[in-house]
Amino acid sequence: MRVVIAEDSVLLREGLSAMLPRFGVEVVASVGDSPTLLAAVRRHRPQLVVTDVRMPPDYTDEGLRAAVALRTEDPGLAVVALSQYVQHGYAGELLASGSGRSVGYLLKDRIGDVAEFAGQLRRVAEGGTVVDPEVVRQLMQHRRDPLKQLSAREREVLAVVAQGHSNAAAARLLSLTEAGVAKHIGNLFTKLNLPVSDDTNRRVLAVLAYLRSRSD
Amino acid sequence: MTNTLLQAVTGRRFLVSAWPWRGFAYCATTAVASGVLWLLFAVPLAPLFSAVVVLWSGQTGGYLIVAAGLGLVGVGMLALLGPRLALSMARAERWRLRLVGDVSLPPGRRGNLYTDPATWRAVAYTVLLGVGGPMWLGVLGVIGLLALSTPISVEYRISVMDSPAGIVGRAVGGLLLIPVLFYLIALFGGVHAALARLLLVPEPSEELVEVARSRTRMAHAFDAERLRIERDLHDIAQQRLVALTMQIGVARLDLPPSSPAAAAMASAHEQAKTLMAELRDLIRGISPRALRDLGLQAAVEELAAASSLEVHVDIASSRFLAEAESVAYAAISEALANTAKHAATTTEVTVTVRRKADRLLVEVRDGGGGGADPARGSGLTGLADRAAAAGGRLLLSSPAGGPTILRVELPCVS
Repeated sequence: MRVVIAEDSVLLREGLSAMLPRFGVEVVASVGDSPTLLAAVRRHRPQLVVTDVRMPPDYTDEGLRAAVALRTEDPGLAVVALSQYVQHGYAGELLASGSGRSVGYLLKDRIGDVAEFAGQLRRVAEGGTVVDPEVVRQLMQHRRDPLKQLSAREREVLAVVAQGHSNAAAARLLSLTEAGVAKHIGNLFTKLNLPVSDDTNRRVLAVLAYLRSRSD
Repeated sequence: MTNTLLQAVTGRRFLVSAWPWRGFAYCATTAVASGVLWLLFAVPLAPLFSAVVVLWSGQTGGYLIVAAGLGLVGVGMLALLGPRLALSMARAERWRLRLVGDVSLPPGRRGNLYTDPATWRAVAYTVLLGVGGPMWLGVLGVIGLLALSTPISVEYRISVMDSPAGIVGRAVGGLLLIPVLFYLIALFGGVHAALARLLLVPEPSEELVEVARSRTRMAHAFDAERLRIERDLHDIAQQRLVALTMQIGVARLDLPPSSPAAAAMASAHEQAKTLMAELRDLIRGISPRALRDLGLQAAVEELAAASSLEVHVDIASSRFLAEAESVAYAAISEALANTAKHAATTTEVTVTVRRKADRLLVEVRDGGGGGADPARGSGLTGLADRAAAAGGRLLLSSPAGGPTILRVELPCVS
C-alpha cells in the first residue's frame, strides 16, 4: 500500500514514516504543508493520503481543504484526516466527500495504538469508512433526533460499524451472531430512512447525516 | 440618542413621544417631593423660625433668652439632621430622576459625612428643590390654569367676550396653550433634572475611568497570553505527546507479551494516552480553536457535544466582537461544567445567545436543583471580573430547588 503523509510536526512525521513500513505500508513521500502535499500526490499517485487537518501557513484546516480538493480530482483516492480534537464542521465535510467511501477521520490519539491505526488505514484504503470512536461516542451520548429511534443494541452495532468493522468483526466484538448483526443493521437502516442500494458504506451514512446536520 | 428630557424637547417628534408625559410625571412628583421636603425640614426650621419671630417683634429680657435658646436648638438640629435628610432626599431623587433619563449609581461615601463633597452637593440640591422648585412649579401652575380654564371661563361667562371673534380667539389661544404647556413642562422639568443630575449624579472621576481602562488592558493581555499558551501547548506539547505515545506503541510490538517490561510498557502507554485526552480538555478550557476559527455557535456546539449533559444550543451563527465571544464562551463553558459537577447527567440545559442593540445577552438555564453560590467557587467570581473588565456584567439566579440561570451581558459594538 503506497501512502503520502502530510504532517507539520517533524517528530510525528518521521515517527509515522518509520512506523508504518512495519505494517507493510510504503511511505512514498512525507511533507509538511498543503501545497507540497498537492504536488506530492500528483507526482506519486498514492493509494492513500494521511494528512493533518491543521498545517502551515494559517494553521486552520489547510490539510482538510487539500484532501477535499484531491478527492474532487480523483474520487478514488483514499484519505485519512488526523485531528487533535473533534471538529464537527470539518469532519462532516470530508466524510461527505466521495459519498463517504475510502475516507477516515481520526483523532491523533489513535496513532498510539500502532497496529490498530495501521489496520484503520488499510480499511480506508480498501474503500471503507472510519470514524473516530470519540465522534461516535459524542453522537451516541446525545442521541440526536434521527438516532433517538434506535434501540440500545442498534446504537452499539452502529458504533462498531462506524469504525469500519465488517459484520463478522462486529459480531465478534459484540458477542452476537453475524446474522444478528445483519438484522440490527437492516433495522437501523430502515429507522434512519437510508436508501436501499448496493453502497456498502450506507452503514456510515447515519454518522454522516449527523455530522452534516451539525455543520450546517 | 435621546436619553434626557432636555435632549428630547429639541426633537421633532417630541409631542408624539412618551417624553411629554414623562416630563409631566416628573414635574408632578417634583411638587410632591418639594412638599415632603418642607414637611421634613419643618422640624429643625420651626424653632429657628420662632426665634426670628421673637426677635422681630422687638421683645426684650427673658424673651431674648428664649429666642437664643430656640435659635441654638434650631441650628443644632439643622446641623445634625440637615445633611442626613439631604442625603436621604438625594437617594430618593436619584430614583425619581430615572423618569427623565438614565441614572448611573454614584460612588460610595468618601471620608465622613461632613467632609464628603457628595453631602454638600445633596444639601445644595435640597435648597434647589425646596426654594427653586416651588417657584418654577408656581409659574407652570399659573400657565396651566390659564390653558385649562378657557372652556370653563367661557361656559360661565367669567371673562367677558362680547364678540364671536373674541370667543374664537380665546378658545384657540387656550387650545394652542396645551402643546406650549407641554414644552414648558419639559423645559422647566428638564432644567431642574439637569441641575439635579449635575449635583446628585456626578460623572465618574478621571481616576475611575483610568482604572476601568487599565482593567480592560489587563483583560486583553490575559486573552493574548491565553492564546499564546494554547499555541505552545498545541504546537509543542501535544505533538510531542502523540509522537511519544506512538513510539511506546512501536516498542510494545517487539516486547514478548509475557515479559515484565511488557506490563510496564502497557501501563506507560495507557498513561500517555490518558494524558493526551487530559491535555486536550485543558487546551479546550484555555482558548478553544473552534471559537476563533468558526465563531461562538460552532464552539458552543462542540462544547455541548462533549458535555455529559443534554444541552440545547440556540445561538445565531453570526460573528460577534472577539472579546465578547471569548467572555461569553468562558461563561457558557463554566456554567456547563458547574451543572455537570452538581446536577444529574439527565439535566437539560439551554444556552441562548441573543444580540440586543449593542449588547450581547448570554443565558444558560439548567433544570438542576439550584443553590449555586458564587462565593464558594472562584470560577464564577473570576468570570464576573472578566465580564466587568469587558464592560459588561454577570448575573446569577439560583434559588434552592432551581432553576439556575446564569446571565451575562456584554457590549458588542463591532
